[in-house]
Amino acid sequence: MATDKSNMQLVVNGILNENPIFRLVLSMCPAVGISTTVMNGFMLGVAVLFVQVFSSCTIALFKNKIHPRIRIPTYTLTIATWVTVIDLVLAAYLPEAYARMGIFIKLIVAFAIITMRLEMFACKESVNASFWDGIGMGLGFMFGMMALGLVRELLGLGTILGYDVLGFKPLLFFVLPFAGFFCVGLMMAFFNYIEIVYKRAKRA
Amino acid sequence: MKNPAMFRKLLLSLVALLLLPVLAQAEGLVAGQSFGKANEIVVTFAAAMDAAKVTNPANYVVYEEQDPDIRLPVTNVALAADGKTAILTFAEPLNSTQAHVVSIANLTQAGKAAESFRVMKSYLGYLLSILVSALLINNFVFTKYLGLCVFFGTSKRKDTAKGMGLTFTIVMVVSAIMSWFFYQFVMKPYGLNFLQIVIFIGLVSLTVQAVDTILRKVNPALFNAFGVYLVLVIANCVIIAVPLILADNEYNFFESFMLALGAGGGFLLALYLMSSVRERMELAKIPPTFKGVPIAFIVAGQFALAFLGFSGLNIF
Repeated sequence: MATDKSNMQLVVNGILNENPIFRLVLSMCPAVGISTTVMNGFMLGVAVLFVQVFSSCTIALFKNKIHPRIRIPTYTLTIATWVTVIDLVLAAYLPEAYARMGIFIKLIVAFAIITMRLEMFACKESVNASFWDGIGMGLGFMFGMMALGLVRELLGLGTILGYDVLGFKPLLFFVLPFAGFFCVGLMMAFFNYIEIVYKRAKRA
Repeated sequence: MKNPAMFRKLLLSLVALLLLPVLAQAEGLVAGQSFGKANEIVVTFAAAMDAAKVTNPANYVVYEEQDPDIRLPVTNVALAADGKTAILTFAEPLNSTQAHVVSIANLTQAGKAAESFRVMKSYLGYLLSILVSALLINNFVFTKYLGLCVFFGTSKRKDTAKGMGLTFTIVMVVSAIMSWFFYQFVMKPYGLNFLQIVIFIGLVSLTVQAVDTILRKVNPALFNAFGVYLVLVIANCVIIAVPLILADNEYNFFESFMLALGAGGGFLLALYLMSSVRERMELAKIPPTFKGVPIAFIVAGQFALAFLGFSGLNIF
């Protein structure tokens, strides 16, 4: 049951058509909780990318050996193993970033997006396709987080990646933790608006 | 909800269990002690005292139980007219979450000596403060931003929200208790701390599976009402966050129980509030760009803003 998409298409699919944050509306907790800066979004995005790629490959590799009835627990334990690896690596080599992201690194284990990709894609496809699908989904998540971080950092602090761009702070509101809800909501509405305008232009 | 009375009884009996720890009271000359205002400790003596001895601040040595080296200077001692109640005033506000040790020198009356005694909030109050904290101040949905997938997914109808919230609370309490036992008696003695994530997620899945099987056999009616939500529970960060937090904070059994109960109750509260608003929103005129998920996020943001008002809440 191999997919007919090329590797490149799989990656683009994850970033655009099935973007985990803005399209599938999955894994919202980190999107709201720690997307205050671009750097935070990038770090968590990298962690999720690794977990997604490794878990997808592991499951794709062993897909014929997993009994269908215990597949969900198997996925969970596979993800948990890879999360533990990432957790320990980050704690050892990037303690500062690790402290900033707090409990969310450990909570990657419960991100719905990873389990969903294993269930929908990796358990049916080849290792190669799963690898590229994992890359696409991970990048999609990373870009989503970074986009949110960009908006919040720019509007809240007037900086990008810590560099002062605007020279003033337009809306400090946006870096406050709870503003994540507003930010995600407004950005989704913005994308919906673009889509509506696009469709209208196409019809006319 | 098919059987609310049963759940209420279950919850009540669990709360009653928590009333078990009984506090030992100080004996002898000092009859009672408590925290007064931010920088005060109120000491009640069993009999009327000699004002000259009691009101000398140099006779008092006060420190937090954890740091005996850091002495907290007493600036003033005021004795009430009946000679029994003394108010110790300190230079700085006290951290009333810590137990403080007060010892009084040179104070004897009728053959009894006033020795050192502990001033702390009652343990029950402390437990309740964990519960209230997890429920309102640090609500897992609105101030910790956890469990949002399920939160937005199942808050469309009130009935669903109630069912989901209750299922969550039960699974959370059971899995937190199991995790606590496992953490204290297996993981810590054998140095398996690095396997936290794997073990906790395994325990949670196991709990969900067990609840599923038991419910299916024991109460099929209830299973029909709640069965659907059980599957959703595994893929949720709240449920795995509780064991991780209680392992991080080294909570004891009662504290873990309270945290899990508060987290579950907070989730139930958040779901219920949100579903009430969303039921109303179906009738409202919402711009097409905001329909569905975006407006739900905006509403959740407003709830989060409102829950910010609970920070600093200090009842006990």
